[in-house]
Amino acid sequence: MLEIDNLTKTYADGLQALRGCSLTVPGAEVVAVIGPSGAGKSTFIRCINRLVTPTGGSIRLDGTELTALGERGLRGVRRHIGMIFQEYNLIERLTVMENVLAGRLGAVSFMQALLRRFPQADVDRAFELLARVGLEGYENSRADALSGGQRQRVGIARALMQEPRLLLVDEPTSSLDPKVARSILALICELASELGIPALINIHDVGLALRFARRVIGLSAGEIVFDGAPAEVDEAALSRIYGADDWRDAFRQEGEEDRHVAGEGMAS
Amino acid sequence: MSERSHDAILATERARRYRAGGALLALLAVIAAAGHYVGVFDGARLAQGVPALLELMGNMLPPDFTGWQDWIAPLIDTLAMSVAGTAIAVIASVPLAFCAARNTTPSAALYHGTRNLLNFLRTVPELIMGILFVAAVGFGPLAGVLAVGLHSIGMVGKFFAETVEHADPAPIEAVRATGAGPAQVIWHGVLPQVLPRFLDVSVYRWEYNFRASTVMGLVGAGGIGFELIGSLRILAYREVFAILLVILATVIVVDGIGSALRRRIQ
Ligand SMILES: Nc1ncnc2c1ncn2[C@@H]1O[C@H](COP(=O)(O)OP(=O)(O)OP(=O)(O)O)[C@@H](O)[C@H]1O
Ligand SMILES: [Mg+2]
Repeated sequence: MLEIDNLTKTYADGLQALRGCSLTVPGAEVVAVIGPSGAGKSTFIRCINRLVTPTGGSIRLDGTELTALGERGLRGVRRHIGMIFQEYNLIERLTVMENVLAGRLGAVSFMQALLRRFPQADVDRAFELLARVGLEGYENSRADALSGGQRQRVGIARALMQEPRLLLVDEPTSSLDPKVARSILALICELASELGIPALINIHDVGLALRFARRVIGLSAGEIVFDGAPAEVDEAALSRIYGADDWRDAFRQEGEEDRHVAGEGMAS
Repeated sequence: MSERSHDAILATERARRYRAGGALLALLAVIAAAGHYVGVFDGARLAQGVPALLELMGNMLPPDFTGWQDWIAPLIDTLAMSVAGTAIAVIASVPLAFCAARNTTPSAALYHGTRNLLNFLRTVPELIMGILFVAAVGFGPLAGVLAVGLHSIGMVGKFFAETVEHADPAPIEAVRATGAGPAQVIWHGVLPQVLPRFLDVSVYRWEYNFRASTVMGLVGAGGIGFELIGSLRILAYREVFAILLVILATVIVVDGIGSALRRRIQ
């Protein structure tokens, strides 16, 4: 259970990126966060694992208040929050296996990490996860030898390696072509529901968001201006999120071919 | 565009050109004064110098290699000095570099402290460090190793720190997001990115240090330079020339080995 209350973030240069956002995600639920560029989507999810330090408000994950944690406590909580990035953020020169095992760095001692001696159980689990994301046989490939879609699968496996209680996903598909994007997003949603954990997914592509999410949050200029089911995302909602004139453009550019597909997704 | 703003642009343009011309004249004046001061324009002395130089070169020919057996040990000393000195520099530079890189330093005070230390070490020439270490630990290669090593830290540490600062922050952030501590972030997120460049800089520095080690003997800090100054003192110019040729040959060999190593790192 993730409870966010009146979260604010003002950057050092005085820019108010978040102006009092509140959100409760009760259990396993895929939440898409949409909104125009600069609305504060990245800031929002990065506040949750404190890659960005919030200026005000509270964030509780399964009852633990995250905003008050010290270094040590913070690391303990980060261990259980998986994060997936737009540019995958793999360590390019290391192998797929080493990248996936990096998901356990918070859980093993420095000496174990130093010698790259991860417990056998971790190694076994990494093999399983790689098979699960469709990368069986790539364990010893270097990360920089993979395609974008494959790299994102490594990123997903790394996040799952953490045995996460929450998934934070920032534009997972923006660097991928539409077909790969769909399969990656489907995989993330599938895994989140398998694990029974909430996932917050920032996404530009409204069509994809409507198709895959159970709930949609609309951010605009640092405020949550929409919170509802995909079926409730209508013209009024979109113009509230993207501005009266801009939403058609946003929709057309990014969701063209998914628009009708989105309908199917909602019906099922 | 109005007439006045046009004139104003021309005026600033002209002023800029005058300033540039003035600066150039000043520079030429400084060069001329320096040249005069050290006697570059002293035609008579130069004229005398040319035949003296020719005579010296005549005295150097043919090179006298008869003492070659005595140079083997000093050459090995020189090589060992360059390897050990570089190793000391690299080992000390790694932790210093992480302190002197903005993105990994534990504290601002440590950042400025290590930056200043590195600058200082670069400022003191290795020959002067050689003199100091000869005074401290006595004649021989140990003084040379310490001088070469300590001076190298200044440059190797700075290059390492810059490499760390240029590391891609994205994967580092991803490692931090897994709950890894600072040491693990460096070991797993930073080091794999910077290692090839670290190796490249180290090998490059070794090539440089071999050249530096050949002259350490001039101040008594061991190596082939000691033989050189010995022969020079007894005016055995043909032997001096032979030693110079040997140094030249070994420098070429070391540079070749260094380039080959660095090519393999890429
Ligand atoms: N480190 C920072 N320092 C100052 N301002 C920042 C910083 N990071 C983000 N901002 C600003 O905060 C606002 C919100 O940025 P954020 O990256 O959260 O938006 P976003 O919705 O993720 O945008 P995009 O869709 O382009 O990724 C923007 O105006 C941005 O310029
Ligand atoms: Mg963003």
